[in-house]
Amino acid sequence: MKTAPKLLLTSSPFLKQQEDTPAVMRQVIYSLIPALIAAIYFFGISALLVIFITTLATVGTERVFNISTKQKTNSLKDYSALLTGLLLAMTLPPGFPLWMAFLGGVIAIVLGKLIFGGIGSNIFNPALVGRAFLQSSFPVAITTWSPFSDFSGFLEIRGYTFTIPFVKAGTDATTAATPLAHFKFDGITTDTANIFFGSSAGSLGETMAFLILLAGIYLTVRNYINWRIPAGVFIAVILFASGLQLIDADKFAPPMFHLFSGGLMLGAIFMATDPVSSPITHKGCWIFGLGVGFLVVLIRTFGGLPEGVMYAILLMNAVTPLINRVTQPRIYGEVK
Amino acid sequence: MLSFLSKTLKTFRHGIHPGDYKDLTRDLDIARLPFSDELTIPLSQHLGAPSRCLVKVGDKVNRGQIIAEPAGFVSIGQHAPVTGTVKAIEMKHHPSGKMVESVIITKDPFSPQTFYNEHAMEWENLSPDELISLIQHGGFVGLGGAAFPTHVKLKTPEGKNARFLIVNGVECEPYLTSDHRVMLEQSADIFLGIRILLKILGAEKFYIGIENNKPDAIALLTKNIPSDMNGEVVALQTKYPQGAEKMLIEAVLKREVPSGKLPIDVEVVVQNSGTIAGIGMMFRFGQPLIERVVTITGPGINNPANLLIPIGTPLTDVLDYCGGLKENTRQVLFGGPMMGAPQSDLDVPILKGTSGILCLTDEEVTIKEEFPCIRCLRCVDACPVYLNPSRLGALAKTRDYEGMLEYHVMDCVECGSCSYVCPSNIPLVQRFRVSKALLREKQAKAVKKSA
Repeated sequence: MKTAPKLLLTSSPFLKQQEDTPAVMRQVIYSLIPALIAAIYFFGISALLVIFITTLATVGTERVFNISTKQKTNSLKDYSALLTGLLLAMTLPPGFPLWMAFLGGVIAIVLGKLIFGGIGSNIFNPALVGRAFLQSSFPVAITTWSPFSDFSGFLEIRGYTFTIPFVKAGTDATTAATPLAHFKFDGITTDTANIFFGSSAGSLGETMAFLILLAGIYLTVRNYINWRIPAGVFIAVILFASGLQLIDADKFAPPMFHLFSGGLMLGAIFMATDPVSSPITHKGCWIFGLGVGFLVVLIRTFGGLPEGVMYAILLMNAVTPLINRVTQPRIYGEVK
Repeated sequence: MLSFLSKTLKTFRHGIHPGDYKDLTRDLDIARLPFSDELTIPLSQHLGAPSRCLVKVGDKVNRGQIIAEPAGFVSIGQHAPVTGTVKAIEMKHHPSGKMVESVIITKDPFSPQTFYNEHAMEWENLSPDELISLIQHGGFVGLGGAAFPTHVKLKTPEGKNARFLIVNGVECEPYLTSDHRVMLEQSADIFLGIRILLKILGAEKFYIGIENNKPDAIALLTKNIPSDMNGEVVALQTKYPQGAEKMLIEAVLKREVPSGKLPIDVEVVVQNSGTIAGIGMMFRFGQPLIERVVTITGPGINNPANLLIPIGTPLTDVLDYCGGLKENTRQVLFGGPMMGAPQSDLDVPILKGTSGILCLTDEEVTIKEEFPCIRCLRCVDACPVYLNPSRLGALAKTRDYEGMLEYHVMDCVECGSCSYVCPSNIPLVQRFRVSKALLREKQAKAVKKSA
């Protein structure tokens, strides 16, 4: 033997699959890109600005926190702050005042994540915490929807994009109602095809159910999300809405309308599947998904608001620890 | 999600697909390593009591002669792997990291090193207990790596019944090919060994479990099953850790060993294919376990090989014979990459339980930045005993060992699948091993106190 090499002692295993958490987050972000582009296409520069501002807020807040508390690791590296910002933007109306969007991003990171101890420790989906804060603080602005257009209206500033903070906005902007609000308050059903392919008013991520569904299929095939959650949501929505239709087909919305309108697709595929705030067992994921679907239809039909995806997911997030506890799998050879 | 499409062969639930890396040595015939000048035979290279030494310094020993006898039932005999002289009996480095009392034998340079007492051993008229004693004194342990004394598993406890013998030819550890080569080159010994074990156990049927990445072994053994024997070769889907006893029983017979119980509780005994070939060889011409087939492999070794190595041969001689280590070699393991033991010092002997020597370079070192657990569920999907490694990892981090008991940490088989799949690079199995050791210590203390 010539010279012995310098040997390194670590503990087995010595093989490791290569895909790490940042890579998983990046894949989720990539799959969101088509829907982001569609939002910009339909809502122009205002949508682009909302996306830019919310991500700036989430990433900036996390960075400031890292520096000011002298964290040893740079938690921006896991891309979760960026994803939170993008998802928050998708839940906001185009033409939403940018200062509010910024505030929402800060709250999403601080109250949604950092206060619990950072990624992995949060109970609620951070983007939805930000959105819930905005909903309760600015109920008017967040339900003021600009009409959609095609790319020719790209440079047109919609709604109240440049409203000065804490100044009451003017009332001269053109607005439109979302299909859900149309149904809730006027009893008008929008054609499902229009919702499916994006030509309807709504939040950035509400208008393109089709692209979000495609992203969901991609994420499922690549095993980045647990398909049981969206499947549970869809099943519960279809069953519950069909049941209501049997009772009174005129009064209650059809199941397909429920499925493709509002934030349901975005919520079911990108929000409810957030691994941190959803259950860790497969059985738990079914319960979680079914619960979200049931609550969505319940809130939309019998609640005061036209839309209920956000609260449905946040409520199910809150019971996730309990679901985890009662759905622990039977272990191999368990003796009862 | 789409994996159900490929589920045509038998297997167990969960587990991982780490890739097999076996091409380096898959097709290399077993070659005999020349005898080293000096061999170190630790008196403890098995689970159980160390063997009781029968020789003293200066004694002349013959190749295959017994040099240490079993010190109790869970203990085995040790034999001289070469003809030579006992040079010393002293504490020596052991691949487990401990210092162990060992017999050091210098080779007689003029001996032809033939086996000193060649004769076919009678077995058909012996009782099961007599055969078990022969296997115990023959020094047999599980050659798959755990080194549990073979005869202990053959002694069926009162009231239990061994109906099935499963021959473990799975070799699910990536890189290793020693069992594969033995199955290809010593099938006659394997079937003789099976005959003897079936007689000892009174079992009605045997199964040979082999993963489908070894199609030649599956075909050969299927063809060679003697017509008077009741048994079959079971082709299994390639998946880690199928070679773990519990997983293999689930894959072959769809039976689960109850938590805290043994395979015999579901009427099964599992033995490694290499061990069985060794037993067959002993009864064919009398040679006890004094050598074994080891795969020397990995990107860090110049000439990978499957070698027949006398027990006690210095690791450095083996590596030199294989052309030495490459410059950037950083880790040398005893065993495979999933459960192998890294060496801090190359001055250690080859043991009965050494199935492979894996040499890894800088490029394969897997130290990576740890991220927080995002509860992605991959470890839950991988764990072959259906634990919740994510939860256990969180409890281990806060040192809540009692909490870990509630989440069944003691059922962990330490296969490392959770650590393998974790995208956050959390050292899960590493923490579980430490936690289990601490819990066992605590339990032992509690037992002592109450006694």
